[in-house]
This record gives sequence, structure tokens and C-alpha cells, in this order.
Amino acid sequence: MNVVHFVNAFFSDNAHWHGYDGIPTRMREHIQYSLIALAIAAAIGLPVGLLTGHTGRGGNSVAFVATAGRALPSFGLLVLMFVLLGLGQTPVMIPLVVLAVPPILVTTYEAVRSVDPSPVDAARGMGMAEPRILFQVELPVALPLILSGLRSAAIQIVSTATIAAYVSLGGLGRYIVDGLYQRNYEKVVGGATLVAVLALVTLGFFWLVARFTVSPGVRRSN
Amino acid sequence: MSGGLFDIPSDLQNTYWGLVGMHLRLALVPVVAGLLLALPISQLCVLMRWLYPPVLWITTILYAIPSLAFFVVLIDYTGQSELTVMIPLGIYSLVVFVPAIVDGVRSVPQETLDAATAMGLGPVRRYFQVQLPIAAPAIIAGLRVATVSSISLVSVGMLIGNQGGLGNLLNDGMIYHQPRLVWLSVIGTAVLAILADAFLVLVRVLVTPWMPRGNRKPRPVDEPEPEPRPEPAAAALEDAVR
Repeated sequence: MNVVHFVNAFFSDNAHWHGYDGIPTRMREHIQYSLIALAIAAAIGLPVGLLTGHTGRGGNSVAFVATAGRALPSFGLLVLMFVLLGLGQTPVMIPLVVLAVPPILVTTYEAVRSVDPSPVDAARGMGMAEPRILFQVELPVALPLILSGLRSAAIQIVSTATIAAYVSLGGLGRYIVDGLYQRNYEKVVGGATLVAVLALVTLGFFWLVARFTVSPGVRRSN
Repeated sequence: MSGGLFDIPSDLQNTYWGLVGMHLRLALVPVVAGLLLALPISQLCVLMRWLYPPVLWITTILYAIPSLAFFVVLIDYTGQSELTVMIPLGIYSLVVFVPAIVDGVRSVPQETLDAATAMGLGPVRRYFQVQLPIAAPAIIAGLRVATVSSISLVSVGMLIGNQGGLGNLLNDGMIYHQPRLVWLSVIGTAVLAILADAFLVLVRVLVTPWMPRGNRKPRPVDEPEPEPRPEPAAAALEDAVR
């Protein structure tokens, strides 16, 4: 009840829709940081995951990356990079990427490795080259899982980018962090709503992508 | 302050080890609560199959909500207290526990259940003495993921009135320009996570003495013993990495 009231007040205040601290600006910033971080993390995690999954080698290192990625505290890492490297986008991007690579890498590895070996053998028997086996046989089957890894990473990035407002990054977290300092609860809750909406939109986006890219045969068998 | 490694500013009104204790309390109470809540939910999902997909969806959606947003919305109801940090962490843990338990319990072979029934076990004893023990490796795998992510998430609680265990050091590290405090927080949190993980591996070995230990000694081939079950739904559990 109370929260709803605050949310209404926040969104109906015209001043929140314009200018440097306006919702469109902050939303754009947040999406921009998230996309950059996800793109870098995917550029690292996907190729390595596809390769290790295809060859089946390097499982131990992948498992190590998974554990390390989980054990590292995202918030602590953010503050640490900020303290060590100072102001700017790079100190924030490093932890965002570091935290997003493990879920992408590990799920991609798992997904490709756990593809049913008989169609792969059949493809090899038909004379398909290894890259074609990877991209035309293994990838389509592994795609749902790979997408779920990307989804986890994206959601984690959106969430961590929010906290990054504490170390001076823009984006929607600004409302929450500034609101907490200013004891302006309306702003805090408004920001929280926006972040939650963005996270849910991310979830929905990946659901749509999966719907359109996963081949119907694979979808049915799951 | 003569610069002892674990000396921390007095405004935190705590010692380093006090913060460690607080961190563990904030991280582990929600995981235990989440597990206790997940057991009946999962059992319902096992009994009523149609319930499972919507429950999965709800947990996934709740899990997607960023921790900071979750915390601050709860402030209005629970204040800047430890409960405000614990509730979201407990809810997040469900996204790991429910699939782990449901898959674990479902993986119990029908013959085993029939054998238990034939031995005169009722549904309750069958659940506690047959299904849960067989599902234990899956549940503990989920417990490991939930515990480690919970430990790493607690730090965010610092932002809502120093309710972040070791995370509280981060703010002091910033305002006093003391990178040492930040290192103490980051390394301390990571060490806690790794120790908790190792402890749970130990627990698994102790509570499932019938499982092969480690992968070093493969069983003789002629034995029809089940090969070590693959870590249950390892990929699905990856969802919980955050």
C-alpha cells in the first residue's frame, strides 16, 4: 500500500522524466552498460565454452572458473576496482564482465558437452568438418541451455550495474543510492521498480529469443 | 590504530571476527529457511506435476529481481534490519532448491519405491527414509550453490544501513581511503564462500556413504553398481550464479 503510493508519486512527478537525472537518460545508461558488459562477456565466454565443450577438454579449468566466479563477491569486487583504479567506466566494467563470464562459459561448456553423441557421430560419419559439426549439429541442440546461461549473465549484470551506482556509475541504481542518502524513499522505491522492470524485461527478452531461435524439434524434445 | 592486519575502524562497532559471524548469520539463516520452505513446495510439485512449471516460473521471476531493489522495497515493512537482507536471500535460494529437490526426488527409481512399500513403509517414512536420502546428493549440490551465492550477496546489505556483514568494510574502505579494508572484505567473503563449499562437500561424503568418493578410483567394470550419477542438473543450477 505504502510502497504503491511512493511508486505512484515517483512516476507522476514530471521532473523525473526529463534531463540529466531523468528516467529516459538513466534507463538508457543502464541498458548501455549492461549491453556492453554482456557483449564483452559473451565474446569471451561463448567461444571458449563452445571450444572446450566440443573437444571435451578443459573440464577441470571450467569447473574452477565456475567455483571462482560464484565465490567472488560482486559488490566487493566493484568497490575494490573502484578503489584501485579510480573513477570511470573501466573499473566498473571489469567486475561486470568478470562476473558474467562464468555463467556463460560454464553453461555453454555443459550444453555442448552434453549433446547426445549419436547425431554428432552420424554427422562425422557423413563427412562433416568439425566446425560444421559444432555449428550445425551441436549448437542448435545446445542452444536452449546456452541461452539460459546468457540469460543468467544478463540478469546478473543488470543487478550488479544497479549496485555500481554506489561507486559512481550512472544508470537506474542512481535513484536507489541517491535516494537512500537523501532519505527520499519515493526515489528509492521508484528506482527499485524501474530496475525490477528492466530485469523482468531482460527475462522476457531471452524467453522471446529462445522462442524464435530454438528449432521446433529441439523445443519439443525438451 | 597501530595497523594490525584485522584492525577495523571503530565506527563499525564490531571486530573483524564479529563481522564474519554477522556475515555467516545473514547468509546462512536464509539458506536454511529456504531449504525448509523448499521441501514442502517441492513435494507438492512432485505430487502434482502440473504445479511444477508455474512454480519454476515464479521462482525464476523473483530471482531476477535485483537484490538492492528487493532490499529497499522491504525497508518499508521490515526497516533497516537483518530481516530485510534475509528475506530476499531466502527467496533467491528457492530457485536453486526447488528444481534440485524435485529432480532429486523424481530420480528415485520406481522399483526402489515399490521395494520400500513392500517392506511396509508408509508414504511419510518412505519420503524421509528412502526418497530424501537418495535425493541427498542433488539437494546438497543445490545447497552448495545457494550457500555460496548467498555469502557473496550479503555484502550488498551494507547499502541499507550497514546490514552487510563483511560488506560493511567496503564503505569504510571508501570513506577512509583504506584499500586494506576493501581487500579484507573481498578476500574474507571469498574465503568464507570457499570454506562453506568445502564443508558441504564433506557433509555430502558423510551423509551418502554409499556414493563413490571422488573420481579417482573408478569402479571395476564388472560390477553392476550404478556409475556415479552426474551432478544433478548442473547446468540448471548455474542459473543461480549471481
